[in-house]
Amino acid sequence: MSAPTTVIQFPERWLHRYAVLVVFCTLGLIGLGGLVTSKGVGMAVPDWPTTYGYNMFFFPVHLWQGGVFHEHVHRLVASGIGFLSIGLAVWTQLVERRTWLKKLAWAALLLVVVQGVLGGKRVVLNDVPVLGIPGSVFFGVLHAATAQVFFCLIGTIALVTSPWWRRGASMPVIRGAAAIPGLTALILVQLLVAASMRHQHAGLAIPDFPLAHGHLYPPTNPEFIAALNQRRVEVLAFAPITAFQIHLQMLHRLLALIIVVGVWIHGYKSLGWGTVAARWGMAWSGLLLLQFTLGAATIWTDKAADLATAHVVGGALSLLTGVLFSLVLQRAKVKGIEDNSCPQPRRFLNPLPVATGADVASWRPSR
Amino acid sequence: MKTFLAFGVAVGAAAALHADVTGKVSLKGTPPPEKEIAPLKADANCGKLVSGAPMTRHYVVGADAGLGNVFVYVKNPPADAKGKAPAVPAVMDQKGCLYEPYVIGAAVGNPVEIRSSDPVLHNVNFQKSIAATPNPTFNQAMGPGAKPIVKTFANQEVFVKLMCNVHPWMFGYIGVVDSPFYAVTDKDGKFSIAGLPDGKYTLVFKHLKAGEVTADVEVKGGSATAAATLEAK
Repeated sequence: MSAPTTVIQFPERWLHRYAVLVVFCTLGLIGLGGLVTSKGVGMAVPDWPTTYGYNMFFFPVHLWQGGVFHEHVHRLVASGIGFLSIGLAVWTQLVERRTWLKKLAWAALLLVVVQGVLGGKRVVLNDVPVLGIPGSVFFGVLHAATAQVFFCLIGTIALVTSPWWRRGASMPVIRGAAAIPGLTALILVQLLVAASMRHQHAGLAIPDFPLAHGHLYPPTNPEFIAALNQRRVEVLAFAPITAFQIHLQMLHRLLALIIVVGVWIHGYKSLGWGTVAARWGMAWSGLLLLQFTLGAATIWTDKAADLATAHVVGGALSLLTGVLFSLVLQRAKVKGIEDNSCPQPRRFLNPLPVATGADVASWRPSR
Repeated sequence: MKTFLAFGVAVGAAAALHADVTGKVSLKGTPPPEKEIAPLKADANCGKLVSGAPMTRHYVVGADAGLGNVFVYVKNPPADAKGKAPAVPAVMDQKGCLYEPYVIGAAVGNPVEIRSSDPVLHNVNFQKSIAATPNPTFNQAMGPGAKPIVKTFANQEVFVKLMCNVHPWMFGYIGVVDSPFYAVTDKDGKFSIAGLPDGKYTLVFKHLKAGEVTADVEVKGGSATAAATLEAK
């Protein structure tokens, strides 16, 4: 089969590269946000949108001390992502012919603005309960979740602006891959559980792994919890451990097991799906293995801030990989996602053929 | 509330109307070892302010198992004592990037002066976090040489937790009660509550880690003593 010969125009190629840049910057921002929470310094700057009364862009450098440094840098980088998102939306509007993609870029910009406001509310409404949940937890978790959704939106834009996607490259519908979107959704749920754990600022509710307080499932009766808090020698200003936090952490472990096993099974299966799918499947499996190891290391190091932050970044990458993998797999099924800027390769015209592994493996994008 | 470990002893001796209740709080059992506050030592600014290895202060155990930092207060103070705050402010300092003392007491309405002796930026943060609090929260910055922050608490709360998010290892506590009859045990577990009128009272001994016990004490002129034992499980 001959390769498609679509010519990707210069502005579109650079739009893709710019989108990739925004993806990496956003990942860095998620890492910074994770670091702020890992270090427990989210309230080091008590005001917003100002910083200690200053316009944040003119906050004196000599005051960037300790937790203020982390929180302030997080805010500055977040502002930078906001500006990058404006650029992405405007650029997409100018050079793209796909209406849905233009809308997606504007939606990303809207979301990043919402995200900024949520971050600010996390600070100024720290003590205001929402739906019976402390503002610090409610807005903190919402802020973390929105970050992941935004990251996936930007990642999607980077994917669909890529020459690979524009040329119609995709994986055809593969039997047995239907669970991949489900596993991806489970990763999002897992990230929400993780954010709920982290934003309670209680440190590690369970300090051992693979056992939990020496049990498969630890006791959570009031006597056990009281003794736990009594024996705990916390260095940082953590909140007391509660039974709820223990249940939440056990749920996190259970979900991790389900996700890792699920992804590994599909990674193994993907070896029979052709070269492109196998690469995605193996990359995702490897990422989940790394993520699982980082989670264990976070526990074994008593939640060292750098490892906990790497675990947050790994979570975001795992989710994005799942989203992109799902998109590529399901491309043929998604109505409306068609490249209007370039001809479609014949094999993706309706009715959609089911390609064999050898068929996919034989395909190479033209350069 | 555990009372089985408490020993309340009342001794009336002389013909005085107000007594000083003195006593000691002991710790039974072996507490977990304290940890070095490594982030403090590693901090570019705070590390210069301390010598040696700064340690956590969860269990301060002195001579004869005396337990420090126990907040002792009268649960049922005389009716006319409620709302009578000492005129002298209670003082909490930030020194060497730690709250000093670790635990202080204050009466409702008593000015609490929060100082900073450090040449670095701190933020004094009293937040609700997970637990609810009956007092309004605050989060204020204190730069080097800043004037003390003065706060009063309108409601009883044992304990108000102060933090500093610039230096997340910094936390200290204020026991706020609705009478002037309170004390914090020293490093040997000793305390003294002055000026308590004659009567029968219940003393509460509350420690951040070892929990809480109560003891009944009768003040009948002169001095009275009370003792309590908390347990490290």
